[in-house]
Amino acid sequence: MATGLHLKIVTPEGIHWEGDIDSVTLPGREGEMGILPGHIALATQIVAGELTVQQNGTTLFLAVGDGFVKVTSSRVTILTDMAVSAADIDEAQVELAKKQAEARLQQKLSAEEIAAAQSALAQSIALLRVKKTRSK
Amino acid sequence: MASMRDIRRRIKSVRSTAQITKAMQMVAAAKMRRSQQAALNSRPYSHMLHNMLVSIYTQLENGFFCSPLYSNRPVQKEAVILVTTDKGLCGGLNTNLIREASRFNPESTVFLTAGRKGAQFVHRTKRQLVGEFTFHDAPQYSEARSIVKMATELFLEGKVDKVSIIYPKFKSTMSQTPTTQALLPLTELKPVTDKEYSVDDEDTPETQHSDILFEPSPKALFSALLPHYLNTIVYHVLLEAKACEFSARMVSMKSATDNANSLIKELTIHYNKLRQTGITNQLLEIASATSSLS
Repeated sequence: MATGLHLKIVTPEGIHWEGDIDSVTLPGREGEMGILPGHIALATQIVAGELTVQQNGTTLFLAVGDGFVKVTSSRVTILTDMAVSAADIDEAQVELAKKQAEARLQQKLSAEEIAAAQSALAQSIALLRVKKTRSK
Repeated sequence: MASMRDIRRRIKSVRSTAQITKAMQMVAAAKMRRSQQAALNSRPYSHMLHNMLVSIYTQLENGFFCSPLYSNRPVQKEAVILVTTDKGLCGGLNTNLIREASRFNPESTVFLTAGRKGAQFVHRTKRQLVGEFTFHDAPQYSEARSIVKMATELFLEGKVDKVSIIYPKFKSTMSQTPTTQALLPLTELKPVTDKEYSVDDEDTPETQHSDILFEPSPKALFSALLPHYLNTIVYHVLLEAKACEFSARMVSMKSATDNANSLIKELTIHYNKLRQTGITNQLLEIASATSSLS
């Protein structure tokens, strides 16, 4: 069995986080999903939500957006639109973004714009949830 | 021979040109730093997404799933997405891109352009333009999405059999190479290994032969991944194009400033020489006048 797990979180803005970890919990499309070292090779999709990383007994919380995950026995690669550590979330700003997304959904839009607004809203909600439950 | 007044006027005008180019150079340099950073930062993401797609695709290649985006037809008509700048004054950047674009057969090629210079070229040479897009200095994801949407529609409706994209690839501040990349059909997918930009090369080969588990299902995953992949590729191209534009503009404006300054120097020397000759002549006249009087 593999001894460690290497996690890499990549966003279009760059490599957000990288390191050796004990386990990671992903907001999978069909429910939460825990990954331990030695996991079977897996490709999956994640939705906006909370990502939990266990590293040397400490737990890190991140809010992530939609994305894709590739898992091999020793390596987890997460490609996502957004990744923010719980401590870095600016609540006021997120509230504002959430309101804007909601307002945008009220207007008449093309299917694509709706999808964009919905994903922005989902991201804001994920950010807020992580902030409220996990900071401190 | 130019008179002294002409030269003085000339120096003044060159100096103000130098001032303008200097200012443009500064502006481009500031924007360049930001856009270069954005382009380089997004590289790992798009490369890893690419590699992920390739490794999944190799799994699926044996035929149980096939997206229409893969249909490999004989190429009768093709579309080219031409990414250029909106404004000129950036050295040979657009010229190189347009040279690349003019290699395509005008009869059987339709163009989608991003950036005004490309659209002007297509219009001027009476090629077929089907879509004209713009993008901001800080490209938006939605701008990439609308380009991709149009290109995929053309492809899926069978109006074109191949889609390529021409864009300037950012190498360094001094060098940008025009690059043609095939976008659709997605048959020639090769893993990218670009060590320079810390792309995870372990991500590709090791798992290709083992079985990968797909959740929720390969088909669902794939149909979500594909459009996202195309959008990301084009978005990344836009970012690179902007980085190239500002780099090229900064370099060309810097050389323009340098040229202007050396011209000013030359003209000043010339002007001083003329002035000196003038004074010498006047002195000689006075001297000869006084000697003839005495």
